[in-house]
Amino acid sequence: MQILVTGTLLGGTYALIALGLTLQYGAARIMNLANGETLVAACFVAFWLFSRLGVNPILGMVIIAPAALVLNWLIYAWLLRPLVRRAKNRGMLEVDSILATFGLLFLFQGLMLLTFGGAYFNYKFLAEPFSILGTPYALNRVVAFVAGVLVSSLLYLFLYHTRQGAAVRAIAVDPASAQLVAIDVSRTAGFSFALGGALTACGGTLLSTFYTFNASMGVLFTMKALIIVIMGGVGDIRGATLAAFILGLSETAVASLIDPGLTLAATYALFILVLLFRPQGILRRGAA
Amino acid sequence: MTGIHRDEMLGLICGGVALALLSLLPLLTEGFYLSFGVNLVLYAALSTAWSLFSGPTRFVSLASAAFFGIGTYSVALWLDALPFVVLIAIAALASAALAALIGAATLRLSGVYFVIFTLGLTELIRQIVSWSQSRFAHKMGLYVFTDFTEGDLYWMLLALTAATFSVGWLINRSRLGFALRIIGDDETVARHVGIATARAKIVLFMISGAFAGIAGAIMAPRYAYIEPQAAFNPMISFMVVIMALLGGTRRLWGPLVGVVPFTVVMELIAARFPNESLIVVGIAFLAIVYVLPSGVTGRIECLRERLRRSLGTGVDAPGCGKIEGRA
Repeated sequence: MQILVTGTLLGGTYALIALGLTLQYGAARIMNLANGETLVAACFVAFWLFSRLGVNPILGMVIIAPAALVLNWLIYAWLLRPLVRRAKNRGMLEVDSILATFGLLFLFQGLMLLTFGGAYFNYKFLAEPFSILGTPYALNRVVAFVAGVLVSSLLYLFLYHTRQGAAVRAIAVDPASAQLVAIDVSRTAGFSFALGGALTACGGTLLSTFYTFNASMGVLFTMKALIIVIMGGVGDIRGATLAAFILGLSETAVASLIDPGLTLAATYALFILVLLFRPQGILRRGAA
Repeated sequence: MTGIHRDEMLGLICGGVALALLSLLPLLTEGFYLSFGVNLVLYAALSTAWSLFSGPTRFVSLASAAFFGIGTYSVALWLDALPFVVLIAIAALASAALAALIGAATLRLSGVYFVIFTLGLTELIRQIVSWSQSRFAHKMGLYVFTDFTEGDLYWMLLALTAATFSVGWLINRSRLGFALRIIGDDETVARHVGIATARAKIVLFMISGAFAGIAGAIMAPRYAYIEPQAAFNPMISFMVVIMALLGGTRRLWGPLVGVVPFTVVMELIAARFPNESLIVVGIAFLAIVYVLPSGVTGRIECLRERLRRSLGTGVDAPGCGKIEGRA
């Protein structure tokens, strides 16, 4: 029972991070391997805001998310759009964007290591017990989960009930046809990429309230987010959310039942199962 | 199979002479320059092995470090029980087996799955090795004591590089190499003309992995004390990718062009500005994508083509931009 609750709470944060990557890869078609660095940067900003200025991290999201939006939009406009223009097919864009975002990954990680060093950081925010069904859980995890659900619901409303959201979904399905119905594909892709970055930053902010972080952990989270995205089916918002909870649960189960050092093994086991049996995503029908 | 062209003959002779000259190094110097030479030859072997697979297929593999670590551990685990030659064979087989597993899981699908899978692979194996060592052996590291000198390791790595080259050359001439070039150009076409694309990719990935594993096995005596953290170092994979792409993967010797300058640069950076090395790696990746999309050798060939055309002797060759676009 405890595993179920802890896993679900963790899954809420994973969902937010993975939704960010879904938008970036599924809609903007950029395999952003520097996604985890956005997350870690958000952790550090939240830490700095909280410990220096005493800003509540949940409120801090109001600053962090727009900042991440602008930063990611600039990255897309300056670095990635030329690659999209140059690419002749999707495969080439994938190779190019993978290599380019590797560059960004190391660049940002290097800069953060220079600024903050390799030490682990954490801060005390709402570190009080909160009782669910008689068992105490850390209040900050519960708050992070609730905030994550709120942000995801906002995203869902945006994607399924606004014109701009429909445009994002359209380019995720087929950029060529989206153009035919007067959608500015290049601009919408840039916007999806930026929005994805903002979501990941929200995830990072929430994560920092209960997780001990350091400058070089970004890749691990990118990895988890990628696996969630693939499990859910690329571009599938609902699939990604479900996959995030599955990952959160199985990681928590492995960490508490077998060994905390084997969480990545649990992630990989899931990944292999998905690749072997449902490479098109857990909710999607038909061949990949 | 056709006969040996004159160009190839020339390449063979040049390669042989270069090999002979390089093998003199341990006789001339020791200490810093020799140990630098070992690094150089190590990365030459790893990058060439990497581009055996990733060059023609354009699948970015980040598994080099995993193969390398498996090779290192193969030696460390059974050094007291078996002769070194057998251990090298074990390293090659174990790495090839791992490559077959990775290939079977991902190479039937698109390239992205492969990249993602190999991205975390080194860390995964490190976790498993650490866990099983603390669980079953109750200690973290293993000692490797041998009589090999730095010079011996250098010669072995040089021989490995030569072997990688020969195998790469043979593959290029074989049906497998031809099949892979078609797969790299257009996988759908390859499948339609009856190439078993997944099998061809898996076989080549196994060969490439086996060479990386052997490199790890040869390097094991140099570390003396082997622990998961050092043996499974993900940076090795990234360095290999940068060096190979920097040099260019369209020629067998392309990666070498990247290995030499980048090893020198990283050595300097590590000595002078150790904290900035990640930033340099980042800039190198960006430079590859934006400045040298087909590597130094690709750029040179493209310039040569342009020169020939401006002299009016060449046939109507594709423009520079087109060649670059194919990286």
